[in-house]
Amino acid sequence: MLDRAQTPKASKPGDLETAPRPVTFRGAGFAPKAGRYSGWIALVLAIGLWQLAGSAGLVNPLFLPTPISIARAIWQLAISGALWHHLSYSIMRIGTGWILGTIAGVIVGFAIGLSSLARGVGITFISALFPIPKIALLPLLILWLGIGEQPKIATIALGVFFSTAISVYGGVDNVPRNLIRMAQSFNVPFHAIVRRVIWPGALPSILSGFRITASVALLLVVSAEMIGAEYGIGAFVLQAGNLMQTDQLLAGVVILSLFGLAVGKLISLLEARLLHWR
Amino acid sequence: MDLIADHISHRFGALEVLDGVSFTVGAGEVVAIVGPSGCGKSTLLSILGGLLRPSAGSAELRGAPPPDSLNPLTFVFQDFALLPWCTVEENVEFPLLHAALAVSECRAVVEDALRRTSLSDFRTTYPKQLSGGMRQRVGIARALAVRPAILLMDEPLSALDSQTRELLMEDFVGLLADGAMGAVYVTHNLEEAVRLADRIVVLSRRPGRVREVVAIPMTRGERGDIRAREKLVSLQSELWSLIREEAIDAEREVQHA
Repeated sequence: MLDRAQTPKASKPGDLETAPRPVTFRGAGFAPKAGRYSGWIALVLAIGLWQLAGSAGLVNPLFLPTPISIARAIWQLAISGALWHHLSYSIMRIGTGWILGTIAGVIVGFAIGLSSLARGVGITFISALFPIPKIALLPLLILWLGIGEQPKIATIALGVFFSTAISVYGGVDNVPRNLIRMAQSFNVPFHAIVRRVIWPGALPSILSGFRITASVALLLVVSAEMIGAEYGIGAFVLQAGNLMQTDQLLAGVVILSLFGLAVGKLISLLEARLLHWR
Repeated sequence: MDLIADHISHRFGALEVLDGVSFTVGAGEVVAIVGPSGCGKSTLLSILGGLLRPSAGSAELRGAPPPDSLNPLTFVFQDFALLPWCTVEENVEFPLLHAALAVSECRAVVEDALRRTSLSDFRTTYPKQLSGGMRQRVGIARALAVRPAILLMDEPLSALDSQTRELLMEDFVGLLADGAMGAVYVTHNLEEAVRLADRIVVLSRRPGRVREVVAIPMTRGERGDIRAREKLVSLQSELWSLIREEAIDAEREVQHA
């Protein structure tokens, strides 16, 4: 039977013994959510303040050109055709190096994830070689491959390879074992388990790896172009720096940032398409 | 087709889990395996289903499987083991993709399995959108699609709430009613065991040995009757008295581990 007895009333308002009082809410925080436009508003505000400081003469334009002068420099680069020229070299190097490194990394990562022999050998080599800054190998690669595109592409491919291999075998290791056992219990052949269970199960980790390797490739292409290239965004930034053309230098930096954002967006689209089931 | 556990023993390193377990599951028979925690029930099921090689003894099949059976020994897993990137229909279809079936036949088999488990309206739904009970229904539909001779069920209801357990138990009773399919049903729930099984194999605490085999003296159809229920409750009490002391010891062992 339900207890319908009246709650005893407080004898005096504010009496702690008997007066009902709301339970203190203690569950706030620890759930950060980014506002939809807050990031863009903050960016526009920062650029606005930067422009104001430059226009008011508070900052020497040689040290920090205003956003408008950087935009003007980008526009001039675009209409002169120099932007596309430099960008096409960088994209070619990044694209080729990234694809080669990714293909090799996926193959080696899957081998390590699926074969005891490959795991024993592969993890030792990867652990030993992964921490080496790949740009340090560029002079050696120039010796081996000659002056030209190959050493730059090889540097990028090496950088991409290690991160990809690690993310792929990590992804394979994280595929729930119960799904593999389920497939085995239905006599699904090995190749079909790899294709229908392990590949989709490892895909979230592989795509996260792509996000990292895209940044690694961008970092390495700029470094490689600064060391030994006539064309490319890295070479352009270095030349602008040497000539104290800081507006051109920052134009190059902005283009790199936009390129990185575009690649990030592309990977986000890929994730939304391939991982819609999450 | 009979499934025979022939003196199965198993150890994980120094840990002896099973010791000389033998019993036979006849065609169309439902055998429940009960015992204290850690007595090797799930390990035994994995060995019977060919997913784990025993340290000694063997799991054997006697007699031919039904001619239309695509996978005579088929598991229904405790954690459902559904592919999260596949829809309900694709999950049910998954074990058929590598069978030599025509597309139209494959489609018909999937349709039939979905209909028998009342999942026809959820065919395009992903597992994450389903409740626990519905997910297990998908697991059952997938198992039915390959027309098994013996279902190997590893605590299939333990991850579910009591209402869903009750509903799915009714489904199991219905599916096993015609005796076309046998089952090995691993559970720690004695009520489920007496409700579903023809015989109950009681294992001792680790290393699991067959302590007793209890036959349920009535058909599954008769068990819905109120007088039969009294008898089942008394059987359940007998089973509990068989394993109670060892269950307490096993619990203490887990706490001290």
